[in-house]
This record gives sequence, C-alpha cells and structure tokens, in this order.
Amino acid sequence: MSLRPDLAVIARHVAPNTRVLDVGCGEGELMAELQASRQVDARGLELDPVAVERCVARGLSAVQGNADRDLADYPDKAFDYAILSQTLQTARRPDVLLDELLRIGASTFVSFPNFAYWRNRLALLWRGRMPVTRNLPVSWYETENIHHLTVGDFDELLARLQVTTERRWFFANDREIAPAGANWRAEHAVYLLRR
Amino acid sequence: MATPRPLPTTSLQLPDPLPLDSGQVLDGVTMAYETYGTLASDRRNAILVPHALTGDQHLASEHPITGKPGWWVRMVGPGKPIDTDRFFVICANVIGSCMGSSGPAALDSDGRPWAMRFPVITIRDMVRAQVALLDVLGIERLHAVVGGSMGGMQTLSLAANFPDRADRVLAIATTARHSAQNIAFHEVGRQAIMADPNWQAGDYYGTGAAPDKGLSVARMAAHITYLSEAGLTGKFGRRFQDRPDGTAGGRSFGFDADFQVESYLRHQGLAFTDRFDANSYLYITRAMDYFDLAEEHGGRLADAFAGTRARFCVVSFDTDWLYPTSESRSLVQALNAAAAPVSFVELSAPYGHDSFLLDVPALDRVVKGFLE
Repeated sequence: MSLRPDLAVIARHVAPNTRVLDVGCGEGELMAELQASRQVDARGLELDPVAVERCVARGLSAVQGNADRDLADYPDKAFDYAILSQTLQTARRPDVLLDELLRIGASTFVSFPNFAYWRNRLALLWRGRMPVTRNLPVSWYETENIHHLTVGDFDELLARLQVTTERRWFFANDREIAPAGANWRAEHAVYLLRR
Repeated sequence: MATPRPLPTTSLQLPDPLPLDSGQVLDGVTMAYETYGTLASDRRNAILVPHALTGDQHLASEHPITGKPGWWVRMVGPGKPIDTDRFFVICANVIGSCMGSSGPAALDSDGRPWAMRFPVITIRDMVRAQVALLDVLGIERLHAVVGGSMGGMQTLSLAANFPDRADRVLAIATTARHSAQNIAFHEVGRQAIMADPNWQAGDYYGTGAAPDKGLSVARMAAHITYLSEAGLTGKFGRRFQDRPDGTAGGRSFGFDADFQVESYLRHQGLAFTDRFDANSYLYITRAMDYFDLAEEHGGRLADAFAGTRARFCVVSFDTDWLYPTSESRSLVQALNAAAAPVSFVELSAPYGHDSFLLDVPALDRVVKGFLE
C-alpha cells in the first residue's frame, strides 16, 4: 500500500504502541497503516459519513464529526499524537483548531499545501488567476480550502501561539526536499509540533 | 391478547432468583429465546441481539402469531451482515414482555396471571436476565452485543454493567437516557391503556375483555414517533382512503378514517393487539422511561464505561427524532472521555426511527464491518 508522501512521513515518525487521533481521517488509509505496522491505537474523526462508514467497515474506529466543533469533546492529552493532514486550510478558524490539536495530543502532526509554491506564484503573477494545480485541483469557487496559507504564514502563527516545532519536512513532486527556500520550493509541508 | 397461550419457542427457567433494581427478587424466571447458527467449540462466536419495545425473540424466523418473517431477517441469517454461518445469534424475549418470558401475562406460582403483581422492572433487570441466560448457555464472553432502540439501551446497559461479557458493542438508533419527550409519549400510551374500561386495573386475563382499544391507541401514538414527517408525507400525504365499495374517497363530513394515514394508523393499532399484551406495554415503557445510564453511575455517563475494553460503534439516523443524533453524540462524547475505542456514524435514511429495521444498505455495511 502506498500512502501519500505526507502521510508516509507521518506514519514513519509515529512511535509504536501509541495512541493517535487522525483528524480528517478520510477512509482510514493512515490509521490502517499505523495499526498494521506500528501497533498504534488509532482513532479517526471525519466529516464525510460515507468515509466513516468505510472506516468502520474495515475495522477501524472513526467518529463522524466536525473538527471545528467536536474536538472540544476530547479530554486534554488524550492522545500521544493528534494528526491533521491537508485539512488546516479548510478549517473555519485554523488557529483555534491548532490550539485544540495541541491540547488533545502530546505531539501534533500538521500537513498543509504551501500556497507560496513557485508554480502558484507564477499562476498569480503571470495569469492573474487563482492557481489550479495538481495539488490544488479545484477552482476557487468550489474549493473547500477557505484559508490558504504559506510555510512563512504557518511559521509566524506558530511563533505567535508559542508552539515548538520539533521537526519539519517539505515535499515537491512527491519527493522530500531540503528545507532551504521551502517557502518557494515546497508544494506541501509536514510539521511535528508540541506545546 | 386477552389470555396467555403457549407459544412455540425455546425456553428455560433461570436457576437462581433474579435481583431487581426495585429491591424485589423474581423467582423462577422463565426466559423464552431463539438461537440461530452454531455455537463454536470455543464458545467465542456468540452474538446477543436484545430486541426493542414491541419486538420478541423471533429475530430471523417466522412469528408464531402473525406468520410474518422475523423482525430483523434482513440483517440476520446465512450470508447476512450478522452471518449465522459464522455466528451463534441469541435473541431472548425480555422479562416483562409477553412472548414466553416472565411478565405480567405469565402465570405466577399460584397459577394465576401475574398482572399488576408483576414487579416493575428496569432495562438493567432485563439485561441481568439475559446475562443469566448466557450463564446457563455457557457463554462467558460474547463476540458482540447488537441492538437498536430499546435493544440499544440493553446493549449499552450490558456494556456498562457487565463490561467483561462483550468484546464489541453496537448500539443503533438509541440513547443513554430517556428524554422528557420520550417519557411524555409513553405516558400518553399508558394512559390510553389504563383509561380503557376493559383494562380492569390490569386483571383482564380470562375475563373475555382486554383493553384492546387503549392498547391500539397507545400503538398509534407510538407509531407516529417511529416515522419521519417526510416519510409520512411521502407515504400518505393528504390522500383520501378509498371507500369500502371501491369508489374514490373524500371528505365524509364524519369521523371515519377519511385519510389514508388515519386508516393506516388504525390498522397498525388493531394488528398490534393481536400479538401484544397491554400490561406488558405498561411495564416495558416504564422500564424505558426509568433508563438513565449516567444516573446509574454517579451522574457521569463516562463513568458508566470506565475501564471498558470493548470496542463500541454507535449509529444514528438523520430522520430519527425519537432518539436523535444529538443523543448519540453525547454517548460518543462519554465513550471518548472514557478512552473507549468508539466509532460513530449518522446515516442518512428517510424512515425516521424505524430506519434501523428497514432497507438501509449503509447500515448493513457498518454492521458487517464492525463485527469482523
């Protein structure tokens, strides 16, 4: 089974035999991998009832709910890791969501598409249009991404929220790249955070 | 159902007296039950399916009175989501009911029907009786307990009070406590029964007169709560019932069943009296109204599930206004707070509370997947 590169990097860095909450777990690809290869006790939260049904049908634990609203129900530090992959930019209040994740998880993985990736910049600069790319395939009027952000924006938010960055990974063309110039060069980013 | 009658079913007498929440003790409890499939040699493939308010043990086999197929035959059987080729499925008539287990219509040791001398029971008492039945059957640990509606309450009660007895807990279209609205609807039903002169303070057995009118009204009121507004509109709208002579119906300017929905409800009410005992209806609705799992565990629902090692799955339906999704969400919240592995999904189905009994393929997939 081949996971998306950001999920693969998360899967490799979750310690075995831990408790994980995957927020926006989709059909449970990451949870299944974590359970199978790292004996992790994985739980998911997912908005789409059909995706939740698929999770349950494959024997995973997933709760249908809304990350903006339902994370409040989870106790402090209930999990070793909270994971939010490619979902931050869809949150109503990404800063509040990040706060919640850091409260629930001892550590938190966040992955997001970097809007300042050079192809996006070119689309705006040359064509004057919101970019539609392989990673941002949906037009501005129907995308779920309501809070586009860049690597630079995220670093600023982390500083303001006094969050410690344990580690960062950057990707372009599905390959990990060096962090130098990531705000230009990275298509998406994965952060491991702690407070 | 005026007179108790012998019914074709398996039954046994529990070896020990059953202590009840009321403080009373019930001796010589009879449990009528049906099983489907074969118990594995290690006795680890058993699934208990507690039934709903007016359900019975005829889960996947023909009902002996109505001749209709079992109430969950679409879910339970060979190759079905609860696969009787793999699992040994047990369904027992709850105590207080009238299909062979001890209840107000059954005979007390003096040879007369219990009637209102039968002790008031709770959901937990029903579960105690089922666990005692499992003991007799030699089933220490269930592969799963699966229930909808009042069956879901028993499912949750079993998980909370007998945490070592089930590995998986699947609660469908249910709640951890009866709301004021739930109690209110039940009270309408009970008052309808007790207002029927044939009720005779419960001593109608053998008198040739039973409170069928009252029971029928109780069923009609309850039946509305099992359906959705959209479902009723879709099925009946404001359509008129054809006249008995076959001509198109209309306003009769009288009080016959002009509307199809009236005719349907009257039929539902009447048919119900053929197979159900009015006193049982009083006892079971009372047990449901008393149900409050948090209250049983010091007022905090999460404490009801503290230390559980079972996996949970909670399912609600978007058109169920009897036990709405918000009730399931509080339950899931409590299970999360108790760090229990829990899944939850709200399924979309047009049939209201009754969706758990009807054709909802997504429910089949969830049940099948969860039992793996």
